[in-house]
Amino acid sequence: MTNRTFVMACLTPLFIFSILFLALPIVRLFMASGEGDAGWAVYVDILRKPRYLNTLVLTVLVSLATTFAALVVSTTAGMFLVRNRFTGRGTVLSVLTLPLAFPGVVIGFLIILLGGRQGLVNQLTPGHVVFAYSAIGLFLGYLYFSIPRVLLTVMAAAEKLDPSLEEAARTLGASPYRVVIDVIIPGLMPSLVASGAIAFATAMGAFGTAFTLATNIDVIPMVIYTEFTLSANIAMASALSIVLGIITWILLLIARSLSGSTVAGGG
Amino acid sequence: MFKSKVKILQLAITLLACAFLFVPIILSVLAGLTANYFRGISSGLTLKWVFEVWDLYANSIFLSLWLAIACLVCTLIIGLPAAYGLARHPGWLSRLLEEFISLPLAIPGLALALALLQLYGSMKGFRTSWTFILVGHVLYTLPFMVRSILAVLASMDLKTLEEGAASLGASPWQRFRDIVVPNAMPGILAGALTVVTLSIGEFNLTWMLHTPYLKTLPVGLADSYASMRLEIASAYTLVFFILIVPLLMAMQWASARAQRITQ
Repeated sequence: MTNRTFVMACLTPLFIFSILFLALPIVRLFMASGEGDAGWAVYVDILRKPRYLNTLVLTVLVSLATTFAALVVSTTAGMFLVRNRFTGRGTVLSVLTLPLAFPGVVIGFLIILLGGRQGLVNQLTPGHVVFAYSAIGLFLGYLYFSIPRVLLTVMAAAEKLDPSLEEAARTLGASPYRVVIDVIIPGLMPSLVASGAIAFATAMGAFGTAFTLATNIDVIPMVIYTEFTLSANIAMASALSIVLGIITWILLLIARSLSGSTVAGGG
Repeated sequence: MFKSKVKILQLAITLLACAFLFVPIILSVLAGLTANYFRGISSGLTLKWVFEVWDLYANSIFLSLWLAIACLVCTLIIGLPAAYGLARHPGWLSRLLEEFISLPLAIPGLALALALLQLYGSMKGFRTSWTFILVGHVLYTLPFMVRSILAVLASMDLKTLEEGAASLGASPWQRFRDIVVPNAMPGILAGALTVVTLSIGEFNLTWMLHTPYLKTLPVGLADSYASMRLEIASAYTLVFFILIVPLLMAMQWASARAQRITQ
């Protein structure tokens, strides 16, 4: 066997597997999206019918809020952990990265323990405070999911920042606020955009968390699920899947071109 | 040490984030061990819920472990040679293939599951067997295995090593076995631990692909959250934590080790 044929033989199993279980199913999904009563106009329906459009808007809003909050929290914590050495730092870091392996359903349950009917907040406060099943619960669930992922990306970038630049800015009389705005944030920008894109994409596509929490509100993954299982509206479920897939794929492509790494998605 | 106001604010946000992530975990562990969560810890600690979970869901735990091992075997058989092929044959075609198999990282599992269901859903024998779930798991974890090995292989001078071995008369297969595999070991280990961890926790694809007789651990979790009392759901979550946290730690250790080698 020559070198070339051996290398080709090595790639064959991957090639066959990805044709059978990735390429063909995606083609089938795309074809199915046009096989409904509306034909290819199903894609127009997403924007025209209030049910889908409102859901899309809500999903984007919750995802944006998640992205913003995750960036603020994780960048602050990340910069702090990179710049300071103190006892317990390792523990703090482990706690902040622990949820990396939790599936979305488990995170949804953890939010129920915080803000559900038997939740901690409802027990500690005098009034009846239940927020787990609202947009706030969903937001907190997505935030829980995103904090560790954003943190790791930002910390990797923060370790490469040159502290002498900040010192120089300070000796030139810059306030701490100006140092953050003019030195730290521009230095972290590629990783902020990258991790923001990851946070946004995972929030948009998060099914597990929505599955446990979104009993009263609709987000895109839940609509896909109900259209498919309850309404048997396979064309619409497929079309929404295609649209969602394209959005998250483009976002993660941007993220990867900026940071060169991929933190596991899912959720 | 933390003198300035800025530092104190930073510390406060960091600790708040820790509390947000950690308090629910503690709540869940406590709820799983409390006799009656509604009445609180004062009702006493017990392992009865954990035993009850074992009675109810032991099958789902074993199915998940079995799937994780099968998934590991499949990703090794497909991913190891593929990573070698991609490393030996760099170019736009390899980039494209790598990008293509990485699609399951970007596309939500729900969408992939719908695609698989529509193409293979009518093949009843396949649809109702555990191998259907396995396909989903392999699809999702394969890119992690390939990239993990590829990163290690790309960082070393594979070509020179292989030319040396070839000049001594080693066949392509011997070179693969005696040079590539041993050198790729850190990447294989990191990839393997990632695959097992992700497979055990996978829900999005599995929920759509599973049948009532084939429930994996996370599917069982979702089931218990919806229909069981809080103590049982929590005890089940506790079992999941006990399984997944050591795996996650091993995975992080192995990934950091592999990363040091590539630098």
